[in-house]
This record gives sequence, structure tokens and C-alpha cells, in this order.
Amino acid sequence: MNINSEIIKPPKKDIFKSGKFRSIVIQSIVMLLFISFVLWVIDNAATNMTANGIAHGFDFLWENSMFDIGYLPFIDHTPVDTYFHAFIVGILNTILIAVIGIFFATIFGFLIGIGRLSDNWLVSRFCGAYIEILRNVPLLLQLFFWYHAVLRILPRAKNSLNAGDSFFLNLKGLFIPKPIPETGFNSVLLTFIVAIIFIIYLIRWAKQRQAKTGQQIPIFSISLGILILPVMFVSFLYNFPLYFEQPVLKGFNFKGGIRLIPEMVALLLALSLYTAAFIAENVRSGILAINKGQIEASSAVGLNRIQILRLIIIPQAMRVIIPPLTSQYLNLTKNSSLAVAIAYPDLVHVFAGTALMQTGQAIEILAMTMSVYLTLSITISLLMNWYNRAMALKDR
Amino acid sequence: MKISNVLKLFASTLILSLSSSVIADTLSDTQARGHVRCGVSQGLPGFSNPDENGNWTGIDVDVCRAVAAAIFGKGGDEKVEYFPTSAKERFTKLTAGEYDILSRNTTWTLSRDAKIGLTFNGVNFYDGQGFMVRKDLGVTSALELDGASVCVNTGTTTELNLADYFRANGMSYEPVVFEKADEVVAAYDAGRCDVHTTDKSGLAAQRTKTAQPDAHMVLPETISKEPLGPVTREGDEPWSDIVFWVLQALITADELGISGSDVKNIVGDTSQTPEVKRILGVEGETGAHLGLPKDWAYWAIFEVGNYGEMYERHVGMNTPLELARDGSPNAGWKNGGLLYAPPIR
Repeated sequence: MNINSEIIKPPKKDIFKSGKFRSIVIQSIVMLLFISFVLWVIDNAATNMTANGIAHGFDFLWENSMFDIGYLPFIDHTPVDTYFHAFIVGILNTILIAVIGIFFATIFGFLIGIGRLSDNWLVSRFCGAYIEILRNVPLLLQLFFWYHAVLRILPRAKNSLNAGDSFFLNLKGLFIPKPIPETGFNSVLLTFIVAIIFIIYLIRWAKQRQAKTGQQIPIFSISLGILILPVMFVSFLYNFPLYFEQPVLKGFNFKGGIRLIPEMVALLLALSLYTAAFIAENVRSGILAINKGQIEASSAVGLNRIQILRLIIIPQAMRVIIPPLTSQYLNLTKNSSLAVAIAYPDLVHVFAGTALMQTGQAIEILAMTMSVYLTLSITISLLMNWYNRAMALKDR
Repeated sequence: MKISNVLKLFASTLILSLSSSVIADTLSDTQARGHVRCGVSQGLPGFSNPDENGNWTGIDVDVCRAVAAAIFGKGGDEKVEYFPTSAKERFTKLTAGEYDILSRNTTWTLSRDAKIGLTFNGVNFYDGQGFMVRKDLGVTSALELDGASVCVNTGTTTELNLADYFRANGMSYEPVVFEKADEVVAAYDAGRCDVHTTDKSGLAAQRTKTAQPDAHMVLPETISKEPLGPVTREGDEPWSDIVFWVLQALITADELGISGSDVKNIVGDTSQTPEVKRILGVEGETGAHLGLPKDWAYWAIFEVGNYGEMYERHVGMNTPLELARDGSPNAGWKNGGLLYAPPIR
């Protein structure tokens, strides 16, 4: 034993010859050089700006912004609010566009992607043409098309297109009635939530029952009944406690109701239709990735078309669709900065535009703006990666 | 702002941050280069606008031409390179050294002067912000504009004055903010906004760009002071002095009645007053103090004309802008205006 251990005892370690040690040292040096370079650039910029009499630093964030912002769906901004407040307003407007855009792009994308694979010649050719045209025309041009060519030919406020004195469309935007809850609305809402919770339990119970006995119940119609009947009943008790505020033309513009400004409509149309074309191709590739034999086998065991889609195709196709879908969501979010071309007050327009100009602090403002997009992108990536893991095939 | 513009802006700020020495001697650099680099607008009739042959014209352009003529002498007014620039990028590009004079209907304010490293060199046009509306709106005063949508150019003092004015008068409005002046006019003309606001001279100029200029009117209110003038980088006083004094020479020539067509005869006329002789370099050493030839002002006046000629040629009653000089702040001080050049001696 002694002899053996003597033989296999490794030679005395020389850490300078260890590959691992060397790579750590080299990487540390490179990292150090990089950090010093960045610090040098920052210091040099600060020194030069001081020498040139240019203000720098982040103190400007707490100064009054002195300007107004055109579209404020969430929080008000007045000239006495700070630049930081304008920064927040810009972020909210950017997130609003990104969220709504992603919602519509996903719906259109799935519809068109599935339509592309339809047996119906007309539907599949139409979807194919849509994808080829939308994907191959620059997004900025599409944005200009919607904003300058389509939305600019609408009538002025006085001659608005009118649907039932409730919906108005004109050059200044789309005006729709605004739902305003009255007393008792909370009870209706509560009933709705309770119904949903009840339905979730019902579905679980039905699944367990099916697993045990093989018997199915018409879960969809029962759920619909549970959802609608009590809500209708409570609404009736409180005499339908939801009031719709109609937009009315007063002075220069419509007052009341909900307003969608044309800049936002154009931006949403351009972003969601453009991104939908890419998502459609992702969806198509996801569906085509499933072996035809599986579909034939499912038919053979007696599943109907909807069951095949729901139980066999979609769960497997999602694994292929989600990773490229994530990058489309990221693209849409970043492309929303094109808002600046058509006066939608997003982050780039408000903060890296007006605020940058009024303060002249380009480096600070652009760095802040870039970090916001970085944060948004990373957040979307994390969410989608989490969703991807949830949808991935579990090895058991 | 398009993405490419963001990149450009970022690049110019990076250049600014990386350049280890401040550009110090603009005059020598300009003389070595053989031409003056001048930042102008992207097209504002009367101020800086390319004509049908592609040559830049306007009173802002004339300031650059006069500086070039003062430096390079006969024919020097041709030795200018023009850089069309947006309202937003104009200062960053100037401080980054892309051009050396910014002559682009730029308002002189304290924060621009003191905070972002700029030097303002006199005023070549006294302006004030106004409002333009369609005549069929039936509005006669800016105080009737409560609730209106207002189209405005981003990155301007206009945007801030607008906020001040509506706030001061307790009125609400919807700002619709565009990057380019042309987009502002187009949006207003299409009916996206009820009101277009900018400096009154700009309104006069941009009214000519609408589909039916006669269908629009400028409201009587002037809501701000907008002294427009040429801008240079802070930290190069000799260069700023040249720009300032060339402009003052044009104004003085207007006051003394020395016109561009006449200056050739006046310079040889020994019966002229000492003041005239000093300006034209016949007496005194004003050129040497500025680092310029003796006859700097002579060539500036010869090539460009005096301030009054400049004004009438580009923005006066015989131009589409139809801005009367008499009775406006842009008249000479002896005629009740604000133009008052310090003595050239």
C-alpha cells in the first residue's frame, strides 16, 4: 500500500504551470484593463466637459422639466414635474406600446401562421402573401405608411366618422365610450372572481375523475354556465352597475370617453402587423416540426381535430415556437423606439429627445435610456425562459 | 429621432469625450482648411434654405458668408461648407467640432450660454413666438385656444414657452411634438393639430409651405422674446470675437448707409468720416486686433451687403415672408429698433 501511494502521489503542484490558474490571471488582467478603460473614458469625458463649460452628472434629474407631454394614459406630467418624472412617463408609454403590441402581434401571428398551413387554398395563399410582403418592407416605411398615408386622410374633428354616436374616428384619433363602474360593480366583480375560482377547481376535479374512471363531463358548457348566470343575476340585482361615458365634441376636440391618439394607433398597427409576420413563420415551423405520424396516430385512437390540436400538436409545437418568439418580443420592444419618427411620446421621444435637448446632457440621458431598454429586454427574456422551462418536455 | 441619429449623436458625444485636447485655435484651422464650416437649418425660408440651384441662402447663411469674406477677402463668401442640422443635434455637433459657427435661428438663453458650453455672438434677428391657425377655426386670439392640439418642434425654446404660456393662462392643450420642422408643418396642414407654433418669422416662412397659404393666419399675440444669433464654442474667444464683430460691422454699415454695391466707391472717398474709414480699414488697426486682414469688414460688406440689404433680400416685404422691418425690433436703434452695434474702434 505504501509503495503504491508513493507511486501515484501527484508531483508537487506548481500553480504557475496550472492552466486554470493562468486563465484566471489572464482574464483578471483583461477585465482590469477593460474596467480602467471605461473609467478613463468616463473621467476624460467629465474633465473635458468641465473644461468646455458643459454641465454633467445626474443632478438635472431633479430639476423642473418645464415642458408638457402629449399623451398621459397613466400619470399626469406638468411642467413643474422633474426630468426624472418625465423619464418615468416615457418608460410607461414605452411599456404600454410594448405590451399591447406583443399581445396583438401574438394573436395575429398565431392566426396567420396556422392559416398559412390551412388546406383552404385562398386562406393559405393570403397568409403567405401577407408574410412575404410585411416581412420584406422596412418597418419605418410601414410606420410612415400607416401614419402619413392612412391615418392622415381621416376627416377633421367636426366631420368625424361616427358609429352610433359612441365611436368617433378623426384625424385626432379614435374615441370610444369609457366604462365607469357604479355602486354594486364591486359585487359583480367579486361574483366573477368567485366563479373563476370555482371553475378552476371543477376542471381539476374533472381531470382526476377522468383519470380514475375514464368518464368525461361537458366541462366547457358547464364552466360557461357557472361564469355567466351568477354574474348576470348579480348585475340584474344592482340594475347593471356599469355606465358608459360617451365622447362628446366640445370646442376643439372630443371630451370624455377613451382616446387612442393616431400616433399610438399607427405605431401599434405597424409594430404588431410587422412582428406578426415573423411570429407566423415561427408558428408554422413549430407545427411542421411535429411528425405527421403522430397526427395519424391520434386520429387512430379516436381524438377529434380540436383534441389533436390541443393535446398533441400545440404542447409539442410550443417547445419549438417559444425561443424564436422571445426574440420577436424583444425586437418589438426595441422597435417601439421608432415612435420618435411619428411623435408618439415614448421614452426615446420624451427623454432622449426633448429632455436631452433642454438639458444638453447627452451622455447621461442616452446611458439611462439604453439601460431601460436593456432592462426591459432582459425582463422579457427571463419571463420567456421561465415559460419555456414550464413548457419544455420533462424527462422522467 | 431615428436610430441612426441616436447613433450619430452618441458618436459625437463619444468623440467629445475621447478628444483629449480642446480645439483651441479655430481661426488658424479655418485658414489652413480654406473654408468656414457653418451649421444651418434643414430648410427654413429666409433664414437658411437651399434655393432652386442648391445654394444656401438666408440671413443666417449670410452671417457665415460674411465671416468667410472677412477671413478670406475677395470671393471669400463662397468659401463656406454648410452642415444642415436638426434642432436637437445642433449644439452637440458644434461642441464636438463638426462645424465652427452655428447660424441656425438659435435663441440666446442663459442655460444654453452658461450650461452647455456655448458662446452667443450678438443677434441677427429679434423674433418672438406666435401661433398660426386656420382662418375657418374662427379664433382671433391665443387666449381662445383652450383644449387645442398644438404642433411644435422638439428641442426648442418654443416647446418650453408653449408650456409656460398655457400654464400662465390656465389653459389646457395637447402638444404633438415632431423632430423636423417640415413634419410639424405637414401635421398641422393635414389637420392633426389646430395650432402651429414657432417663432413668428418661422410661421411666416412655413405658411408658404402649406397647401393653401391664404387659409391660415398668425394670431396677434407674441408670447416670448427670441433673440436669434450665431453661436460658437465656449473657450475660443478670438474666434467668437470674429463672429461677433463681423455681424456688428454689417449692422454698423446699415446704420452708416454703407451698402454692398456702394462700398467700392466709399472706400476710395477721402471725404468720408473717420468712423467710416475705420470700419473699412482705411484707418486704424481693427483687423490686426481680430487676427484678420486690415480690410476684413470691407469684404464682408462688399460680398454680403449691410444688415438692411440682407434683411430685405431674405425676409423683407418683397419676399414670401413679407416681414416689415420698419417698426419691428429689427430696425436700427435710430429708427426705434433694437439693432445697436458697439463702436468699431
